[in-house]
Amino acid sequence: MAGLHKSEISNPVLNWIDSRLPIFTMIQKEYGVFPTPRNFNYFWNFGALAMINLVIMIATGIFLAMNYTPHATMAFDSVERIMRDVNNGWLLRYVHANGASMFFIVVYIHMLRSLYYGSYKAPRELLWILGVIILLLMMATAFMGYVLPWGQMSYWGATVITNLFSAFPIVGESIVTWLWGGYSVDNATLNRFFSLHYLLPFVLVGVVFLHVAALHVTGSNNPLGIDVKTPQDTLPFHPYYTMKDSVGICVYLLVFAILVFFAPNYLGHSDNYIPANPLVTPAHIVPEWYFLPFYAILRSVPDKLGGVLLMFGSIGVLAVLPWLDTSPVRSASFRPVYRILFWVLVLACVVLGIAGGKPAEGVWVWLSRVATAYYFLHFLVILPILGKFERPLPLPESISRAVLGRDGGFGGGGGGLMPGGAVAKPMEKA
Amino acid sequence: MNFVRVVAAAALLAFAVPASANAAAEEIKFPPQNWSFSGPFGTFDRASAQRGFQVYSEVCAACHTVKQAYYRDLKGIGLEPKEIEAIAAAVTIADIGDDGQPMERPGRPSDRFRSPFPNERAARAAYNGAYPADLSVIVKARAGGADQLYSLLVGYDKPPADMKIGDGLYYNKYFTGHQIAMPAPLSDGQVEYADGTRASVEQMSRDVTTFFAYIAEPESEVRKRLGVKVVLFLLFMTGITYAVKRRVWADVH
Ligand code: HEC
Ligand code: HEM
Repeated sequence: MAGLHKSEISNPVLNWIDSRLPIFTMIQKEYGVFPTPRNFNYFWNFGALAMINLVIMIATGIFLAMNYTPHATMAFDSVERIMRDVNNGWLLRYVHANGASMFFIVVYIHMLRSLYYGSYKAPRELLWILGVIILLLMMATAFMGYVLPWGQMSYWGATVITNLFSAFPIVGESIVTWLWGGYSVDNATLNRFFSLHYLLPFVLVGVVFLHVAALHVTGSNNPLGIDVKTPQDTLPFHPYYTMKDSVGICVYLLVFAILVFFAPNYLGHSDNYIPANPLVTPAHIVPEWYFLPFYAILRSVPDKLGGVLLMFGSIGVLAVLPWLDTSPVRSASFRPVYRILFWVLVLACVVLGIAGGKPAEGVWVWLSRVATAYYFLHFLVILPILGKFERPLPLPESISRAVLGRDGGFGGGGGGLMPGGAVAKPMEKA
Repeated sequence: MNFVRVVAAAALLAFAVPASANAAAEEIKFPPQNWSFSGPFGTFDRASAQRGFQVYSEVCAACHTVKQAYYRDLKGIGLEPKEIEAIAAAVTIADIGDDGQPMERPGRPSDRFRSPFPNERAARAAYNGAYPADLSVIVKARAGGADQLYSLLVGYDKPPADMKIGDGLYYNKYFTGHQIAMPAPLSDGQVEYADGTRASVEQMSRDVTTFFAYIAEPESEVRKRLGVKVVLFLLFMTGITYAVKRRVWADVH
């Protein structure tokens, strides 16, 4: 029939729908038979985990919002009411609060995976940039969410971070007043943060959709970092990766459950159980753990504006990374020098994370400076030059050759799949 | 390259960071105590928590609010509904009568713990500008948790000879700055326990800390019990899912 999609779904009701709106065909194409490299390791689970995490945040958030009161005099008590009087309210809140931490753990690992295996390189640059936008949106959402319980860290964290904008010359002060909706962090600030905290996750859903759409144009990268060449290099997404992702989801939920049920406040700060008080400044104002590396970069510069620019710059360099890294080889498995520098970068980030949680004095300031310097050096100087001088190891002919030259295991880290192995095979036989 | 193992280690490290970040803010060490309620299977020692409620009502309630708690919450430390009604009824609650005029009435289990002051300003006025903190979540609101509250209560001592103590302040080993506006609230034999337990300062401190640990997290026993079930279920699911995954993948490598 003219104008109708030719659906191959056999169930008549679903077929009727699918002929008019081919969503079932689409799901089948994108998640059923979707050709996926056969050699993923478990690091390829983290995208799916992030998606599930976002759904969990929205689901718990909507129910929290039904019981939460965004008013400076009532917010703290309303959160305690959720904890005590709302049926399973403690569960909702602890899942939401720890869910934010899980979200960052998952997304940071997801990003490290991309850095290690060169997933940001052509043709996946836009996919990667959408990822950086997702990170920014997550940070904004989490920051504003942390303000909502209106404890001491909520209040003072909001004050410190919004005040950063005052570093900009001329317009700075006006921007801060505009952000606050007044002359200090107060009820107006809390109200707008609540509104935006509710809005941004749905913007995230939109950007995540684009991220996945872009992925389905280029196809996934893989631990070898080489292109898919023949159908032998791939497996249909279902049942292979639906099952593999399910294993990851179970382990993820296990870690999540242990946090929520047995250490629900471990990642939080005790001061946030003290109601916000504009007259009492906490001894050390620290953000949530997932912001500590950025906080360390901010404080490593003696000049306020410089610190702010570097902090935003640390994410900015990620956005242009596809053009900073000049090596044509994706996977670190075949880049002997990059492989080491990758871990130096991770170390620098960990050092920044620890230093960000310490008072900005003595050795911690110097450690943050060294780590900050390395962070920018890595992206802005080393990567552009390294690609020109590094001698990559020979790449395997194809994914299927590399995988079938090796037995068992689950797709193995790319590192184990040295091309030498493929070459050695015929010699062994000889 | 052992990417998997190194990332696992990094993840563990990431977990250790916030703990050390909190520790940095806290120079005073609180000697760790053995609490009935700590650990994944811990429960509140009912008798101790009930004695703690007595200490709270006879001592702390004179100065501190516990605004988030209701009398009905006492069910969680093993009190019977009749006992709770009697406890609530013994308290006078300010309310508005049917005629719209302010009035006082006996408390009900659905009332919040009575506050000794109408508001924070009144409390500060009575204590030289210091504010007796609301104790509803005090155990969660201090990095040292229950150990910190216990230490504070047993931490009153003679000040070192070279220390000048300000007006209306008292020396306490475990308070930041060592000068606190709260006079030592407990002294030996201050309350008389119905169950015959000797009311030493240590005993009362331990009991009242157990009580406040309960009040801070009335859900904690339910939470941990549910947690055990959820974790067992997820372990089971992980095992099954992994087995199925192996089966599915058996033919491709
Ligand atoms: C005579 C009034 C009074 C009594 C009785 C009293 N307190 Fe206090 N309490 C105060 C005042 C005043 C402060 C504020 C101290 C300061 O900020 O220096 C305080 C502070 C505290 C703090 C906060 C310490 C900190 O870390 O900031 C705790 C905890 C506390 N009291 C627990 C108790 C407990 C438990 C009891 C009952 C055993 C009790 N108090 C009895 C007046 C009292
Ligand atoms: C990207 C997804 C999200 C992230 C990262 C996030 C993060 C956070 C964080 C860190 C907090 C503070 C938790 C605490 O310490 O108490 C919070 C609180 C809150 N969030 Fe979200 N959130 C997300 C989505 C949502 C959505 C979609 C809603 C509403 C529909 C929502 C509603 C709330 C409410 C009402 C609170 C206050 C209650 C509380 O503090 O527990 N959140 N959020």
